[in-house]
Amino acid sequence: MEFLAVQFLTGLASAASLFLVASGLSIIFGVTRIVNFAHGAFYMLGAYLAYTLTERLSGPLGFWGGLLTAALAIAAIGVIVEIMLLRRIYRAPELFQLLATFGLTLMVQDLVVMIWGPEDLVGPRAPGLKGAIEIFGQLVPRYDLFLIVLGPTVLGLLWLLFRRTRWGVLVRAATQDRDMVAALGVNQKWLFTSVFALGVFLAGLGGALQIPRDAVSHAMDLRIIVEAFVVVVIGGLGSVFGAFIAAVIVSELNAFGILILPKISLVLVFLVMAAILVFRPWGLFGRAEGQPRQTLGLTIRPWKPFTRTERIAAALAALVAALLPLVDGAYALTVAAEILVFTLFAASLGFLMTVGGLSSFGHAAYFGLGAYGAAFVAKSAGLPMEVALLVGPLLGLAGAVVFGWFCVRLSGVYFAMLTLAFAQITWSVAFQWVEGTGGDNGILGVWPSAWAANPERFYWLVLAITATGIAALRALAFSPFGYAMRAARDSDLRAEAIGIDRKRVQWTAFIVAGTFAGIAGALFAFLKGSVFPENLAIPLSIDGLVMVLLGGVETVSGAVAGAIVYKALAIWLVSQAEFSKLVLGGVIVTLVVAFPKGIVGFIEDMRARRPRAKAAAVAEAAE
Amino acid sequence: MGFRLSASLAFLAVMGAGTAALAQNEIKIGEINSYSGIPAFTEPYRKGWQLAVDEVNAAGGIGGKKIVVISKDDAGKPADAVTAANELVSREGVALLTGTFFSNIGLAVSDFAKQKKVFFMAAEPLTDAMTWSQGNRYTFRLRPSNYMQAAMLAEEAAKLPAKRWATIAPNYEYGQSAVTVFKQLLSAKRPDIEWVAEQWPPQGKIDAGAVVQAIAASKPEAILNVTFGPDLVKLAREGNTRGLFKDRAVVSFLTGEPEYLDPLKDETPEGWTVTGYPWYAIKAPEHDAFLKAYQAKFNDYPRLGSIVGYATMKSVAAILAKASSTDTDKMIEAAEGIELDSPFGKIAFRKSDHQSTLGAFVGKTAVKDGKGVMVDFGYRSGAKYLPSDDEVKKLRPAE
Repeated sequence: MEFLAVQFLTGLASAASLFLVASGLSIIFGVTRIVNFAHGAFYMLGAYLAYTLTERLSGPLGFWGGLLTAALAIAAIGVIVEIMLLRRIYRAPELFQLLATFGLTLMVQDLVVMIWGPEDLVGPRAPGLKGAIEIFGQLVPRYDLFLIVLGPTVLGLLWLLFRRTRWGVLVRAATQDRDMVAALGVNQKWLFTSVFALGVFLAGLGGALQIPRDAVSHAMDLRIIVEAFVVVVIGGLGSVFGAFIAAVIVSELNAFGILILPKISLVLVFLVMAAILVFRPWGLFGRAEGQPRQTLGLTIRPWKPFTRTERIAAALAALVAALLPLVDGAYALTVAAEILVFTLFAASLGFLMTVGGLSSFGHAAYFGLGAYGAAFVAKSAGLPMEVALLVGPLLGLAGAVVFGWFCVRLSGVYFAMLTLAFAQITWSVAFQWVEGTGGDNGILGVWPSAWAANPERFYWLVLAITATGIAALRALAFSPFGYAMRAARDSDLRAEAIGIDRKRVQWTAFIVAGTFAGIAGALFAFLKGSVFPENLAIPLSIDGLVMVLLGGVETVSGAVAGAIVYKALAIWLVSQAEFSKLVLGGVIVTLVVAFPKGIVGFIEDMRARRPRAKAAAVAEAAE
Repeated sequence: MGFRLSASLAFLAVMGAGTAALAQNEIKIGEINSYSGIPAFTEPYRKGWQLAVDEVNAAGGIGGKKIVVISKDDAGKPADAVTAANELVSREGVALLTGTFFSNIGLAVSDFAKQKKVFFMAAEPLTDAMTWSQGNRYTFRLRPSNYMQAAMLAEEAAKLPAKRWATIAPNYEYGQSAVTVFKQLLSAKRPDIEWVAEQWPPQGKIDAGAVVQAIAASKPEAILNVTFGPDLVKLAREGNTRGLFKDRAVVSFLTGEPEYLDPLKDETPEGWTVTGYPWYAIKAPEHDAFLKAYQAKFNDYPRLGSIVGYATMKSVAAILAKASSTDTDKMIEAAEGIELDSPFGKIAFRKSDHQSTLGAFVGKTAVKDGKGVMVDFGYRSGAKYLPSDDEVKKLRPAE
């Protein structure tokens, strides 16, 4: 019994750390609608900076002053980021800011290694809170008790800030309806900047507070960011109190869960999130979002199918691509094949995101399922590649059927996070089920049949399948089904009024996207010769998102361009550059600022402008 | 769409144009590792092989040819490692591949080597599958495997009076197989031992307080730890504060390696039985020479990664010299059973499973001048801890 009480306290201490980071994320999202992927990077920077400061300064004042200074410095960096980068792209399509913050995260990962070196750093213990206190005959670290008190204190201070100050009233109003706040003449710019600064301050503080109990390392950011998101979503977006309760639930379930199932930590938070979202589609304390005033469809010019000329151009491009083996060797062909596989993957996600308006954060699940499906058929059943390529994607399809049914009941970020949860659950099965999937050592020896083994033939095979797949997805976008998807995306109510069953349409779209991702995955398995759990892990899902956003989320086939640019750049940088993440992140941030509508979105803008410019010139000449 | 594909084509054409002609007076070696993924280990490792390359070339190279290493990052992903391997083999025309840190990446490259019939000298990956269940004739491995390190530690653990054991290991293949082998070997030596608890925190995400409490609740007399890096720091800190290690024996994988021991500073738990590399206290002429050269070149002390990098490249050079050819079959023939000098003394690559007999140091942790060190250590040659050729035959797939 005493033991359980102490375990409960341990859980509360973990919850406090998690809450600090998650609350900042929640506040930022609530007001600015930014999915701040860089939150983990700020957390990590907070820890590194606090380490440096506390190593230099001595005494209790030096330590606590160091932590606070570090958090304030991070907030200042946050302000700079908000003003220099995010302000430029608030008008960009939803989620585009995710791309900018993702770029920042990549840069920070390399920067901390450059500045602080590759080794793990261990900061000093907190003066006055070093040892442990005996509670119920068990030793509990003083610092844990401090954190247990700190969590609710911060919650209380935030409550006061939001309920008792004018600024807080504005923040709450903006969380509920920011268009209305803007219409009432509130200066949104500074509201957003200050909210971002507060959120980032909390992240920096959360990181700084870790140094007496954790090691400061360059992988800290990714360790916390996903978990923080999960906590925010379980609690309900924008709800600070919800984030607190969610942090406690997650931490306590983990503290007690490992007593019964020692391997549960791997997947626990995602199981909790999936369970809660299935029963409470807006998290514990979140509210249903109102009908958006500005729908996605309003910001774009109507899509048109290819004209005759464009069709010929596309066919020519495919033909030119087919001639690549004449000019280049084996390595270029495998790289080209890899890029093609990812264009199909990105196109399938793009179909879901642009035509369907459904942003999936877990699309890698279906890619990975396709890859595992192919590997099972090829290795376990010993069937040839042709069969594996046909049967493998069916596993992706099956996954999409099951998960999609649950996901389409949700919308917006909740939908995205449920797809993430299912993807992580799938990942953990692949990771844990050593007998079936080989665990993290993967399945090896998935090589193509003899006739397709040489790089040219395999490249042609990939090109044929990819081109057909992309063409099919494009045709679907302009089919009656595609119009139904767009209707459901643009207005749920109106779509329903004309007899479109939103859920069924979106579910079908989800399955189509999952199947095409599965095809890409199966091809990828044979391209690499092996399948690993990373094929369905979060980084791959994020890569997919980046490709779609980079191409332009308001275009039909922008994902194809995004995939080619991103993948080619990533492969080239990893091969050639010393600090590839810094450069890649920098390029992404630059592209975000230069092309807020994505690469293809930008080109379409240019093309749309040209005839008008010409007409104006003609008119001028006539005068 | 038209311009997109043609743009990509142009890009690929540019990439293809750079294919260099094979220089006549050099031997190219392809090297792949997780430089961005786990720099704490791979940076010293890179310095290690750079030193070896300098030494080999200063001594006239191999048969008058200089060795040139083309090094690639794998970003910590098996798929990227295969891309890099492909680039090295098909574009750069390297004679052989070497490197890798993570087990899954090592296995992916090993399978690539088998498929493309390329010689592969794995440097770091610990998984036993590398040389046994997934072993192939193209793959060799330098570092003492998981099994070997488990055997070294189990030998020490058997001497302890403790009967109730608990285990803490990261929840992935490395942690799982380390625990399995350790349990099996220790239980074989000591049938009286009882395994009372196990904890499997996810790699890099240990909830250390909860794990420490859970282990303490089972009242073990001894603990096996397999966590390393930031997880180890958290575990050591929580365990120290909560008194988990008080009056308990702890046996711990890799903890004595400077990469993982040095960050702990004065919080290093004392008296743990660990494998590692006490570079500051080894008294052997081979090691002295290496240490001197390393410090002179880099003005830094070596980590275990430096030893691995150095010995890997020296092994590659020795194999190339013995084969006096870059033909894959000739290199395999030369490598099987080859003997050479390393900073840890003579090592050999076994013919039966292509594992080197490089060993490790086993000792106890202590704190000296506010730093973690290894004391009472001794070198354990790998040869002593490997199963016999007959047993290995059963473990490896038939060629």
